Amino acid sequence: MSIIETKNLTKKFEKMTAVDNLNLQVEEGEIFGLLGPNGAGKTTTLLMLVTLKPPTSGSATINGFDIVQQADKVRKSIGIVFQDPSSDEILTGYENLKLHGWLYDMPDSLREERIKEVLSLVDLNDRKNDRVKKYSGGMRRRLELARGLMHHPKVLFLDEPTLGLDPQSREHIWKYIENLAKEKNMTIVITTHYMDEADKLCDRLAIIDHGKIVVLGAPKKLKKDLGGDIIRLKAEALDVEVLRKLPYVKEIKPCDGEVCLTVEDANAHLQEILKVVGKIDSVEIRTPTLDDVFLHYTGRAIREDNPEGSWAEKAMTARARNE
Amino acid sequence: MSELKGIYALWYRETKVFLRERSRVISSIINPLLWLLIIGFGLGSVVSFDNVPYQTFIYPGVLIQTALFSSVFFGVYIVWDKKIDFMKEVLVAPMRRTSLFVGKILGGSTDTFLQLLILFVIGFVFSAGGIMPSLHLTVLSVLISLGFLLVTTVGLVSIGLIIGSQMESPEGFQLIISFLIFPLFFLSGSLFPISNLPTFLAPFIFVNPVTYAVDGIRSVIVGSTGKVMVGSIQLSPAFDFLVVTSFSLVMIGIGTYAFKKMKI
Repeated sequence: MSIIETKNLTKKFEKMTAVDNLNLQVEEGEIFGLLGPNGAGKTTTLLMLVTLKPPTSGSATINGFDIVQQADKVRKSIGIVFQDPSSDEILTGYENLKLHGWLYDMPDSLREERIKEVLSLVDLNDRKNDRVKKYSGGMRRRLELARGLMHHPKVLFLDEPTLGLDPQSREHIWKYIENLAKEKNMTIVITTHYMDEADKLCDRLAIIDHGKIVVLGAPKKLKKDLGGDIIRLKAEALDVEVLRKLPYVKEIKPCDGEVCLTVEDANAHLQEILKVVGKIDSVEIRTPTLDDVFLHYTGRAIREDNPEGSWAEKAMTARARNE
Repeated sequence: MSELKGIYALWYRETKVFLRERSRVISSIINPLLWLLIIGFGLGSVVSFDNVPYQTFIYPGVLIQTALFSSVFFGVYIVWDKKIDFMKEVLVAPMRRTSLFVGKILGGSTDTFLQLLILFVIGFVFSAGGIMPSLHLTVLSVLISLGFLLVTTVGLVSIGLIIGSQMESPEGFQLIISFLIFPLFFLSGSLFPISNLPTFLAPFIFVNPVTYAVDGIRSVIVGSTGKVMVGSIQLSPAFDFLVVTSFSLVMIGIGTYAFKKMKI
């Protein structure tokens, strides 16, 4: 039995279906990604799996326990890092972590050891006795992460774990997450709208759009399934029909006013393509990314609008509590 | 074991936060002082009941007022916890909802009790200084009063938590609370003796649990002045205590249920 199984898991809000008959199996020790644009239903899926929101229909089990009937046992098996700040900002960073250790019934010595470990991981050791109120947005994010990583659950959920972090911190966090999966055989489910993160971290991932799985598989395989490399052309007059006749051109799609071709072994055929196209302004060859995968299956790019705004907003709301 | 640790964690957090928010601590002391000094002495210059000066008469009422406002208002913090995601962090922890409720009650009651203890110190000072005469603050009377206040506080904190657990916005919470707090306070006999009241008010006063808390405390630290009468019989403090305890137990019951049904 898989460690996470969902059967037609569905969540409807008044007018919209946030999660639509989701069927997933996640295996133990796997890093599984839910990738999709904002509002695709990733967070709602997570909230159902961690027992915070009941599904409208369908069911799911975690570690063999039903998320509705055996919510208590599910909660003993999981940990989660939320997308929005959930620390108490009148307490210090250290106190927030201690609180977490108590809530999860960790033995005192283990708790202190882990607090040290995660604080140095997220580089907050010298600020641990400051109140969270005084932390910057990035520091708060790192504290949330540290807290979620503290009690080493069987299944760890990370909702946009590196949102708004600098590249260096992201690298650190990724490495730690990979180690947890490898060494502790921990199952990790992350949601992200960062392609590179999903690509680098996930053993398998599901691309989600409008509450449905668009496609599921290992990142490598998904990219390979596109059937070749991407050539991006910019030309004033482009005869698409001529290109279509070439046997090795798999797909032709407009992208941002330019034309993207999916081509088998692009390097070998570039010369020929350029000859056919004639005068061009620019050309770019690259191996496919998950963005191309998403584009291929949904016909549009993952919106890169940064949801950091909502994060900052929440932080401000939290701050208003003291005023 | 794990439940106790969780309860302790919640209590620890509430208490730390309370002590760190200076404005909360200070306002919680200023407010009752204003009542004692301005209303108490202002009206005290012209009003007394059976030779008990007004400022002494309302002292039990001011104790209850502090318990009432501070306890019920504590429920707003659960609305805030829901607004930031702190509530999610707690709800996803392997801890029962009942323990969450208990932890919150302990936290809120501690906040209130710290304020009440300061009020008792003020009471001692005023009574020793002769400005609140006929106040009987002995070890026994203070202990009995604290017993009353403890039970009442737990019930009142529960009310605040019940309402808070169902509300989405702090503003909405405050609106509902003010509709609740003021009648509970004014109709409790805190500010005036409730013998010889117009009959239309009497039923409200008798169904108000706060009435019995005031009556019980007043009978031990002020005496029989202003005691609640049923016909020609005074209510005994033991009866008062029974009423207040029943009230709190009912509120704890409703609160446990409300927390189980709480949505985020």
